[in-house]
Amino acid sequence: MYSKDGENYFIVDSHMHFWDASPQNWVPGRENLAKGWIDCFYGYHQLGPPETHWDWEKYCRYSEEDLMHDLFEAGHVDVAIFQSTYLKYWYTNGFNTAERNHTLTEKHPDRFITNGRFDPREGDAGLAQLEEDAERYGLKGVKLYTAEWIGDSRGYKLSDPEAYRFLARAQELGIKNIHVHKGPTIWPLDKDAFDVSDVDHAATDFPDLNFIVEHVGLPRIEDFCFMAVQEPNVYAGLSVVIGGLMHARPKFFAKVMGELLFWVGEDKMTFGSDYGIWEPKWQVEGFVDWQMPDDDAFTDYPRLTAEGKKKILGLNAAKLYDLPVPPECRIRTSADEQERPGEQLVTDAAAAGSP
Amino acid sequence: MTAPTTGLAAAVWAALGTVRDPELDEPITDLEFVSSCTVSGDGVAAVRLRLPTFFCAPNFAWLMVADAHDAVAAVPGVTRADIALDDHFVSATINEGVAARAGFVASFAGEAQAELDELRAVFLRKAALAGQDRIARPLVDAGATPEQLAGARLGDLPPSADLDRLRRRRAEVGLPHGPDAPLLLHPDGAPVTAEQVPLHLRRARLTRVGIEANGHTCRDLLGKRYAI
Repeated sequence: MYSKDGENYFIVDSHMHFWDASPQNWVPGRENLAKGWIDCFYGYHQLGPPETHWDWEKYCRYSEEDLMHDLFEAGHVDVAIFQSTYLKYWYTNGFNTAERNHTLTEKHPDRFITNGRFDPREGDAGLAQLEEDAERYGLKGVKLYTAEWIGDSRGYKLSDPEAYRFLARAQELGIKNIHVHKGPTIWPLDKDAFDVSDVDHAATDFPDLNFIVEHVGLPRIEDFCFMAVQEPNVYAGLSVVIGGLMHARPKFFAKVMGELLFWVGEDKMTFGSDYGIWEPKWQVEGFVDWQMPDDDAFTDYPRLTAEGKKKILGLNAAKLYDLPVPPECRIRTSADEQERPGEQLVTDAAAAGSP
Repeated sequence: MTAPTTGLAAAVWAALGTVRDPELDEPITDLEFVSSCTVSGDGVAAVRLRLPTFFCAPNFAWLMVADAHDAVAAVPGVTRADIALDDHFVSATINEGVAARAGFVASFAGEAQAELDELRAVFLRKAALAGQDRIARPLVDAGATPEQLAGARLGDLPPSADLDRLRRRRAEVGLPHGPDAPLLLHPDGAPVTAEQVPLHLRRARLTRVGIEANGHTCRDLLGKRYAI
């Protein structure tokens, strides 16, 4: 919990990792890819405040003690959700597997949630693995990389029939939160990994599942917003938006937040630190202190109140994951009333015959 | 790097200034993606390019290297264009493929299904939408009504660099761009009615914010990567 100016914030870090990118874990012959990947992350890391920068060796492999300290002792986090990422093409034991993440969840079941993954191109074997993982890790959510390479395939879409089989099975298994990575890419070629139209299809056809589009603000905030405004079960995962922009580009952070608040609304946004890309401490404190600028360029963006910040920093994710919230952190809810000015505008435009 | 100001190198630099990052809609020279540019006595132009991260999307990287090759090779006096992208996970494939004019699909055999014209067109259409916000925003601030904005023609607007840019983007993607063309157009070229103006301008601004925020993030990452 984080308290400031008499307000109590329940913090759910809904997108974080426990990775091993150390040279010992690089696949022989593919060291350049393994190093290139973590160097790419390290570049993002350096967009945070200088006093929070780690040296490269620690960045490649931080310890369990580092993680526990940075999230729970220093970082104000109440519950953290592991988003598993395998990348076994160039990390021998995987980058950030559910198995490795789950070692911490087993030790601290009240602190962590392990999310799994699936890939519809793995067919029946993949379905069997999903069932096994669902039981082993008690899955409530999965993280999907639609642009990941498998054999000759350069990615898949959530709207593929095979993907629908997996989504249907996930729903039967009680996995209701589908985190989709639509952002900084793995390595698709001509396939546009950022295209979000497949989420639109799946969200319409699976109204009981929640689709959290991670890093969504960037790089295709416009496509995402046009889609999310029409889909009540689509959420904006703010990882990378806060970490990548709030310190490095405050003016654009305000504009991006303004657009997201207008189109998506504060009930549909979730905080994720993307640890270890960035530590949560400065993100949580900075976001609580943040205010929309008063300049003319920002006048028609919605304002964010302490209540809105509480939703984004934890209450929205707590609802998605059925987490108990201490009474002192709760707010009076508006009974699922959407706060999305963009929705009204789109409705009006439809009535006016907008193409 | 600092722009060369004399001789053939200056002409090559100017040619590189016409090459844009397709998504960011900015010249690669302004983005500092050109790390060196030299021309030998016998007219061989050697250009080295760099990008913000090792895993920048290969399709965009390909377009920039190929466009740089075409632009530099077309400069009078240049006998050969040597364009090299450094520090990228498929540098070698892109550099060799562009030099051999092999095309994207042939260079990434089995890994690509189509050339990149449609991808380029998607981002040109976005650039043309974002450009409408740049022109219309000051008009809105000055009190223009939706009816006035829906009726505004490009030829009625005061000349500006942003207006030239908008007209060029529209020309490239085949949208109306002459003096009689409406300022506000849907991405498919249909005119925007007065009723549609508020939503259209919101979309135009959102598109601009997305493009510009990406541009800043890329600049920041490049700056950290190359300590510039």
